[in-house]
Amino acid sequence: MAAVAALIVGALMLLALGANPITGYHALLRGAFGSSDALTSTALKAVPLILVGVGICIAFRANVLNIGGEGQMVVGGLLGTLVALAFPGIPGPLMVPLVLVAGMVGGGLWGAIPGALKAYFNVNEILSTIMLNIVAVQLMNYLLAGPLIDKTLTTTFARIPQTRRLSPNADLPIISHATGLHAGVVVALLAAVLVYVLLWRTTLGFRLRAVGLSREASRYSGMSVKGTITLALTLSGAMAGLAGAVLVFGSLSHRMVTDGSATGFTGSAGFNGIVAALFGALNPLWTIVSAFIFGGLLVGGTAMQIAVQVPSSLIVALNGLVVVFVVSIEIVRRRYRLRLEPALGAGDVGPGPPPAIEGTEGLPGSAEMVEG
Amino acid sequence: MKEFLTVSVLTATAASGIRLAIPFLLASLGETMGQRSGVLNLGVEGVMLLGAFGAYYTALQTHSLWLGALVGIGVGLVLGVVTAVVNVTLKAEQGISGIGIYLFGLGFSDLLFQKLVGTPTPINSLPVLKVPVLARLPLLGKMLFQHSILVYVALLLVPVLAFVLNRTTYGTKIKAVGENPAAADSLGVSVTKIRYSTVILGSVLAGLAGAALALELGIFQQNLTQGEGFIAVALVYFGAWRPTGVLAGSLLYGMVAAVVLTWNTLGIIPQSASGLASMAPAVITVVALVFVARRVRQPAALARAYQRGG
Amino acid sequence: MSDRKALRFTRVIVPVVALGLIAAACSSKKDNTTTKTGSGGTTPSAAATPFKIAIVAPSATNDLAFTPSLVDAVTSLKSKSNLDIAVSDNLFVVDDAANAIRNYASQGYDLVIAHGSQFGSSVQQIAPQFPKVAFAWGTAGDTFGLDNVFAYQAASDQGGYVNGVMAAMLTKSNVIGVVGPIEVGDAKLYIDGFKVGAQATNSSAQVKVNYIQSFSDVAKAAEAANSFVQAKADVMTGTAQMVVGAVGVCKTNDIAWFGTQSNQTALAPGVVVASQVYHWEVALSQMIDAIKGGTLGGKSYTIDIANGGEVVEFNPGYSLPSDVKTKADDTIAGIKDGSITTGVSGS
Repeated sequence: MAAVAALIVGALMLLALGANPITGYHALLRGAFGSSDALTSTALKAVPLILVGVGICIAFRANVLNIGGEGQMVVGGLLGTLVALAFPGIPGPLMVPLVLVAGMVGGGLWGAIPGALKAYFNVNEILSTIMLNIVAVQLMNYLLAGPLIDKTLTTTFARIPQTRRLSPNADLPIISHATGLHAGVVVALLAAVLVYVLLWRTTLGFRLRAVGLSREASRYSGMSVKGTITLALTLSGAMAGLAGAVLVFGSLSHRMVTDGSATGFTGSAGFNGIVAALFGALNPLWTIVSAFIFGGLLVGGTAMQIAVQVPSSLIVALNGLVVVFVVSIEIVRRRYRLRLEPALGAGDVGPGPPPAIEGTEGLPGSAEMVEG
Repeated sequence: MKEFLTVSVLTATAASGIRLAIPFLLASLGETMGQRSGVLNLGVEGVMLLGAFGAYYTALQTHSLWLGALVGIGVGLVLGVVTAVVNVTLKAEQGISGIGIYLFGLGFSDLLFQKLVGTPTPINSLPVLKVPVLARLPLLGKMLFQHSILVYVALLLVPVLAFVLNRTTYGTKIKAVGENPAAADSLGVSVTKIRYSTVILGSVLAGLAGAALALELGIFQQNLTQGEGFIAVALVYFGAWRPTGVLAGSLLYGMVAAVVLTWNTLGIIPQSASGLASMAPAVITVVALVFVARRVRQPAALARAYQRGG
Repeated sequence: MSDRKALRFTRVIVPVVALGLIAAACSSKKDNTTTKTGSGGTTPSAAATPFKIAIVAPSATNDLAFTPSLVDAVTSLKSKSNLDIAVSDNLFVVDDAANAIRNYASQGYDLVIAHGSQFGSSVQQIAPQFPKVAFAWGTAGDTFGLDNVFAYQAASDQGGYVNGVMAAMLTKSNVIGVVGPIEVGDAKLYIDGFKVGAQATNSSAQVKVNYIQSFSDVAKAAEAANSFVQAKADVMTGTAQMVVGAVGVCKTNDIAWFGTQSNQTALAPGVVVASQVYHWEVALSQMIDAIKGGTLGGKSYTIDIANGGEVVEFNPGYSLPSDVKTKADDTIAGIKDGSITTGVSGS
């Protein structure tokens, strides 16, 4: 399998660095799946990937390329933080949903802007989402180093761009005290199921997918294409914003903190979520699985780094290799399978591989498949 | 503000803006060619980082900046072939493969840096080349004609690539493949060959962009490019897939960033607002596009792999 | 759900999970047979078993800034005692760092250093679970009342002050440029100290500060330095890993540079005047001794000029006018004996 090929290359790199690949991969697997602590870490790592990923499912199915996950997570986290700072006294059962909704609103807003810009002003969404990522990071830096900074830390040199410990009422409930598993997992799974239902069992979902397949046809049948496109990015952003809020209120520190870059807060979940969604064939339920596996790779990677003391950059490079290998070889297999089974062409409009996308306006999409 | 509106400060700021813009201008020009033929490459950032390290390390070892630039190009070439194989022949999902290459480039460039160099060791940076007569022009002289050679190369590439796209057969083929690969195929144009060439060209320019950055700064560090590769991809859309448009977008972005830096230095922007001010380049770019965008169509076959008979 | 999809993913999940379970089974056998060496304060002083230190850091180990200052300090102690050092860097996401901290603690490391102010809550939660492991947290001063947590910090304003004094004497244009990251923490402390020192020495010197809003954007730092050149600055300083860009500009334009966090002479031997170098080992060796003696925490350490934790290291290759050197030495002495205070809040 493709992953094996990538891991072989990785083993060679480990050897070149003087590390024992067996120890390394053993540590990776054990760190990702080998104990209840490990499984919890993997699950928690997967949570933002699932949330961002299902948001991507919505957007990409409507044919809108949302590269703004990072920024949407940041704004969602910020709005949730603002709510928790402004109203610390609200009791838990109300506070937790409140901050999570605030996260969705923040992220939704950050998705609505490029959505509306695309729908009404023809501003390409790749441009606007990448630019808004940058804006979000600068906004976060400004707020966390300025108005929102933790003033209770008495010494200047301890002050980094972070808020004070947020109200405990907003902590996501812990499911298992032994491992630290928190309710974010429930939120993510619930969101995935709801988005699945949205996409395939509601009229709105039908509209989203229809616009994704053919804008012309949708317009002829009376759908508001512009509204739908805006909505697609808004919903996608809302999911990412929810991921950001879950990160803030589920994390061990219960603060919002940054190192000056987007990834200091999100851990690149905005990008990794795209990978998870695409590996999940843009199906929210399969996204759960691919996010879990990817999360395991990330968590296990850190464990491997600790065990064999290779530079952390090797782990990053390995992640990239795995992604490239898996995505390349999977398609080759699919292509050959399609050649042998022309009757099973991509006709499904339901859950399954993304259908071939046609249209007069260039639409981003997946590899063309043999049409049945 | 009075200090800012002097000739010397204005020209220096403009020159600074051009310098800042060059890396993503080069990468964006390359990405434009690839996208015009229908291939989306999100891995530009990874190629830039590896090109930057290649150039830096070569210059460090050989003390030759030329060799460094060549190695940067070579790195881009190799990665371009890989990208082309993955995206064109293996027809991988172009969004994911790009992110994979980005992650690989980010990690591997840093890994090599850690193992081969250790701590940031400076190299000689690119010398300023004054264009003989033109450098003495009052305003434009300092702005445009006192830069390093890679700046001139980048700026000259704009009309060259525009010419290639609009006035050569090759350019017509590129556009045809990007709009309607099936039709182009039926007319005897090898979709694969064209896409390979543009992807490799794009990657070469991305490698050169990384090299330009490292050689201009005279140093390398983890994640040297700080997301410029993604800005480069974004600017392709700003430029409506035209080299001149890409130039305009790059300059806009670079200039605004330079102005913000200068205003910070001169104290025009109060300390407390400097965080907000650094959003300016991104915000202004988006706003500019709102006003500028017409009914622009992207290449119809963008990001869709082509399969004959499909 | 198409059958093909189901089959494909089953082929992926099953082997992965199976491998995980196998690994877990193997590892539990392994852990039982591993002897836990040197837990906490019971290490035999013959030091036949090495003292194990783990460092968890938020940024890179080789960028001449925050993280390497600590890693280098720990490494330098290796010559004095038998040390086993493990490092995990680039763990800026708090939860990833927490995992690493827990991982090292459970592997029986004697001292786990969490080198980042944002890791405080993680240390606070994890330390009680491993009472035989000593934890160190910096830069900070709070030990949470736990008896197995040390804290450490640096009074970087002091070295900043000294640098500022020298810069103010060296400048002929009376314009001094400062390139900073984001206005927080250690960076702010250094720069504030620098400003006070410069102004106290030469009241007509203008200290212009440009916080470029990033810790790592080298290109931006270079252009900020260029804008200072344009503003006629002839002396510059800065802090955080992106300053390598600014130093390069100083090298090209022959502008004097003052560094901090690490010795930056090698970056530009012709223009670097001096650097404030953090010698964390002053605090660390005290910590290690305490741990070996049975105290696993409860104390907070500050490195400063007085205890030798901060040293202004001069570049021997830079010809510093003797009056400047004398003033610098006097200032250092003054800070040491307390007659000079920077007045910057934070100590």
